[in-house]
Amino acid sequence: MEVMPTEQKKILTQAITEGRDKVFSRFGKAPSKSFSEVLITWILAFHGWITVFVTLAITYVLLKDGIIFFQKVSFLEFFTGTVWGPFGEPKQLGVLPLVNGTLIVAIGAIVISVPLGLSVAIYLTQYASRLLREILTPLIEILGGIPTVVYGYFALDFVTPLLKKYFFPEIDIFNALSASIVVGISIIPLIASLSIEAIRVIPQKIQSGAYALGLTKFHVITRVILPASLSGITASIILAFSRAVGETMAVVLAAGSSPKMTLNYLESIQTMTAFIVQVSLGDTPYGSIEYYTIYAIGLTLFVITFTFNWFALQLVKKFREVYV
Amino acid sequence: MTFRPDFQLYKKYYIYGTIFQFITFIVNIIVLIILAYLLYSITYAGVPYITKDFLQNPPSRFPEKAGLYPALMGTVWLIGLTALFSVAMGVFAAIYLEEYSSKKSKIIELIKINIQNLAGIPSIIYGILGLTLFVRGLSLGRSLLAGALTMSLLVLPTITIATQEALRAIPDSFRFAGYGIGMTRWQVVRYQILPLAMPGILTGIILALSRAIGETAPLIMIGALTYVAIAPSSILDSFTVISIQIFNWTSLPQEGFHKLAAAAIVILIAVLLIMNSLSIVLRIYFQRKLRKIQ
Repeated sequence: MEVMPTEQKKILTQAITEGRDKVFSRFGKAPSKSFSEVLITWILAFHGWITVFVTLAITYVLLKDGIIFFQKVSFLEFFTGTVWGPFGEPKQLGVLPLVNGTLIVAIGAIVISVPLGLSVAIYLTQYASRLLREILTPLIEILGGIPTVVYGYFALDFVTPLLKKYFFPEIDIFNALSASIVVGISIIPLIASLSIEAIRVIPQKIQSGAYALGLTKFHVITRVILPASLSGITASIILAFSRAVGETMAVVLAAGSSPKMTLNYLESIQTMTAFIVQVSLGDTPYGSIEYYTIYAIGLTLFVITFTFNWFALQLVKKFREVYV
Repeated sequence: MTFRPDFQLYKKYYIYGTIFQFITFIVNIIVLIILAYLLYSITYAGVPYITKDFLQNPPSRFPEKAGLYPALMGTVWLIGLTALFSVAMGVFAAIYLEEYSSKKSKIIELIKINIQNLAGIPSIIYGILGLTLFVRGLSLGRSLLAGALTMSLLVLPTITIATQEALRAIPDSFRFAGYGIGMTRWQVVRYQILPLAMPGILTGIILALSRAIGETAPLIMIGALTYVAIAPSSILDSFTVISIQIFNWTSLPQEGFHKLAAAAIVILIAVLLIMNSLSIVLRIYFQRKLRKIQ
């Protein structure tokens, strides 16, 4: 290796330590340090930090009024109570019935959407021709773009009557099943697109190697591609679950507003999100316990979805690191 | 011992594979049938009720007289204002994160993760934020401005992520070429990167705004579900939007209102499909453009 001439080294060191403006002053001021450039950098940086502000604002708002709620109602009572009756006297503030409602809708939605979404992903990446893929992908994505209030209407006016007529004559008008079905439909594109991405990042050589060993396509898919994309597929399922937990309008319209501990999908239930909407639709006085419940539940919801999303993003990061 | 392939076994696996392929194909068809049924059933129920009166009347207690006019205008106002607030914010944030900030910085890494997380937070939480911050905190009341600000925060992460992806898709050689001829960072961004990334950014903006058009929960949280008979004329007026009307009519027991809800849904979905197709066209254009320059 050639050693840098001392004179040249000296100038460079000087340029680095004393700043290039001083050393190369005969070129005038560096354009990258002109006023407009610096101003633009600051404006852009400000907007970059707004997103941090949004997170802080959400946390602050939820914590501030959430803490007021927990000063009035004990933590233990809130998270272990099995009766939710904030409007009656005496007030019973156990959040478990709402959590129960949220979970059965979300789990039902996952049970419906995972097999469908995953099959769509496998078909589109492994079997479909390019033309078919380019036609099918946007069509399936439409399902994800339909507003959830529309899904609520669909569940109430079409899915429930259909279920009542052909499968469960005893089903309630408002029921968890129809909500699960429509929420499940709405998250199919989410699972499909993330799984497609997880399958795409598997290097071609792994697949070619499997084929070279004489494996049939069926085996390559089930024994090589699916295990290799497992972390990405898991991430997609977690994200979809978190989306289903936060789903609001469809469950407000279709699942009803009777919080209860039940595993029966044919009954009316209430989810956390649906309760928040119920409070904001009613004329709850500002400062009452009912008013603060929305912050306590909002906080619970925020913590759940934030944890799930964070975990899923870590998984996504991991599979990207392994293969890319 | 000689190698003797077990053709029987291969045949078995071949049959498995064919069945598997058939099942995944059928699932695709099922998903498409669900989509078709959803669109068809709502269109069938709603289209007969889309009349001139329906588009020009204010909402009413009587289904025969009720209309969508204030909601249509409210949606236009709300989306216009949301775009005004959120587009520049989201695009600038993305430019900062992708083009300006240091790639190694841990803080920037955290901001990026934070944005991804924000995109996954339920919209109703943004509603609670809007209620506390804008409606009560800034005393904006149930105004268009409060609604648009809430919506802007909601779509901000979506726009930022889409823009980040569009910027990341531009090969580094364009940046180096710019710097190589003495352009400053902003000149590179302004004259090299943004024109190339524009279709991708537009796609993201359209998708984010189409999400905002359909959002209902945050607006209900800030108290937008009230009787509004006239179209808004300033940003401090109270307002109603199509999705709120759909929710309102669907939650009423009378059959007549459900028909109106279907009619409103047809209009909403038509708008969304138009925006969706526009974004697909832009996406294809963007991919072609990228392929050409690579």
